[in-house]
Amino acid sequence: MSKLTDLTIAEARDGLKKKAFSAVELTEAHIQSVEKARALNAFVTETPALARAAAAESDKRIASGAMRPLEGIPMGIKDLFCTKDVLTTAGSHILDGFKPPYESTVTRNMFNDGAVMLGKLNMDEFAMGSSNETSYYGPVINPWRRKGSDTKLVPGGSSGGSSASVAARLVMGATGTDTGGSIRQPAAVTGIAGIKPTYGRCSRWGIVAFASSLDQAGPMARTVRDCAIMLKSMASHDPLDSTSVDLPVPDYEAAMTGNIKGLRVGIPKEYRIDGMPAEIEALWQKGIAWLKDAGAEIVDVSLPHTKHALPAYYIVAPAEASSNLARYDGVRFGLRVSGKDITSMYENTRAAGFGREVQRRILIGTYVLSAGYYDAYYIKAQKLRTLIARDFEEAYARCDVLLTPTAPGPAFGIGEKTDDPISMYLNDVFTVTVNLAGLPGLSVPAGLNSEGLPLGLQLIGKAFDESTLFRVGEVIEKAAGATPRPQSWWEV
Amino acid sequence: MSVDKETVRRVARLARIAVPEERLVPMAGELNRILAWVEQLNAVDTSKVEPMTSVVKVSLQMREDAVTDGSRAPEVVRNAPAGEDNYFAVPKVVE
Repeated sequence: MSKLTDLTIAEARDGLKKKAFSAVELTEAHIQSVEKARALNAFVTETPALARAAAAESDKRIASGAMRPLEGIPMGIKDLFCTKDVLTTAGSHILDGFKPPYESTVTRNMFNDGAVMLGKLNMDEFAMGSSNETSYYGPVINPWRRKGSDTKLVPGGSSGGSSASVAARLVMGATGTDTGGSIRQPAAVTGIAGIKPTYGRCSRWGIVAFASSLDQAGPMARTVRDCAIMLKSMASHDPLDSTSVDLPVPDYEAAMTGNIKGLRVGIPKEYRIDGMPAEIEALWQKGIAWLKDAGAEIVDVSLPHTKHALPAYYIVAPAEASSNLARYDGVRFGLRVSGKDITSMYENTRAAGFGREVQRRILIGTYVLSAGYYDAYYIKAQKLRTLIARDFEEAYARCDVLLTPTAPGPAFGIGEKTDDPISMYLNDVFTVTVNLAGLPGLSVPAGLNSEGLPLGLQLIGKAFDESTLFRVGEVIEKAAGATPRPQSWWEV
Repeated sequence: MSVDKETVRRVARLARIAVPEERLVPMAGELNRILAWVEQLNAVDTSKVEPMTSVVKVSLQMREDAVTDGSRAPEVVRNAPAGEDNYFAVPKVVE
């Protein structure tokens, strides 16, 4: 039998059911992987004692025949999700020592379904970044390296601890959050799958807020099916989040029939951007060919406002962040730095507690919301969102799903893009439109480039049609063949 | 629209972030680069477009106006850097 840490969630579920191994054995194998992989810096907090207790409970449930959907599955939780009595940092100094007295709805749903938490995963500070380099807890290292090179690469971001820990076989699946691409881009550059569900599919309650009209939680795992299994548990209608939708959660696995005959796949011409590497274009063409071979019909479509998505995002997201992050003032939780009066206490706390990128975004957001500029920036950007959403609606009159690359390139080196915020922002050029329009997007691992680094393809769906994404995603995954596992150079 | 040193000082004050004097000019440069980049949106005619207010077409649900939670003062103040008897403690604000 292969190593327990190499199993998919679906395989582990079957193995546990057949009692081929116990939940305690499965968790123990993963705890050992976590301990050997500290060089990756994927975890902010490890919780092995909680994991062992949860696994023992899972074994009791399995023995009594009351197995739940995620029973005994070792998972990592992005440190943006509040976990009851477990340190929750959002990757920021300003949340020093914060132990929430409550559990986020998404993690509660997962634990109610039997998931075992191995710990809290590193991330860009307040989910602001595309490389996990803005974390107060230091960068996460991508388990993948260029062929013949030991240059340290980024795991993408902001869910970089999630992508690295899933790719390195430290956890079977992880939660992520995606405001502009923070699930899909890290999934793509680490060779795993990840889906940003439709806005409203998962409750945002108990997730540290970044940009409330864009934030959405979703699963990251090594296969499309594993993401489907996880999303079924994570998604719910929640009275505690007024933007969560009251729609039944479908059986996503049942929708994965492998049959896409007659499905219309749209190819948006505006995603063919200047300076796109030839290997990304080639991968996209391969994806088109795979779907055509499986019986899909390929349709050329146009999303004319695509090029305005990133600038609109960099108005809306900082504006909402500047409001959401106003609560960190040194009074109710986290860090406090004293000052000569209460205002200077606020100012000193926020200057010491927020990193450089977070401060930059708060200042941009405060500026665009300030008197005299609100209409010129914020309202203008919200009008662009209307146009971007309309583009998608018009495209969906002619097709059922869209196929694009996930990211404009493979994983890059640590420190390569930190001096230029805009070049970092461009990582989200293919993913951010989806957040602005509230649609679901799935990144599927689609092969390795000439340097041996993973690349991903993105499927964009109609609102609440995650089922089609999983069905088509599995077809791409099968055509691309299994992504090999990265060499475990990090193990001590 | 371009940001100068005094604007950064004012915005930093609004955002309650202490920005040291020597960082004001470099920060103005960083903000101007981003603002110049987002100003490409001005090329789009949006005079007949409504701003987006909600990405999903659902109406907010009503619920009964009832007390559903509360009486948890110790939990609420548990994470405070300073407090006493279930109150948050802050520097003196009234003489």
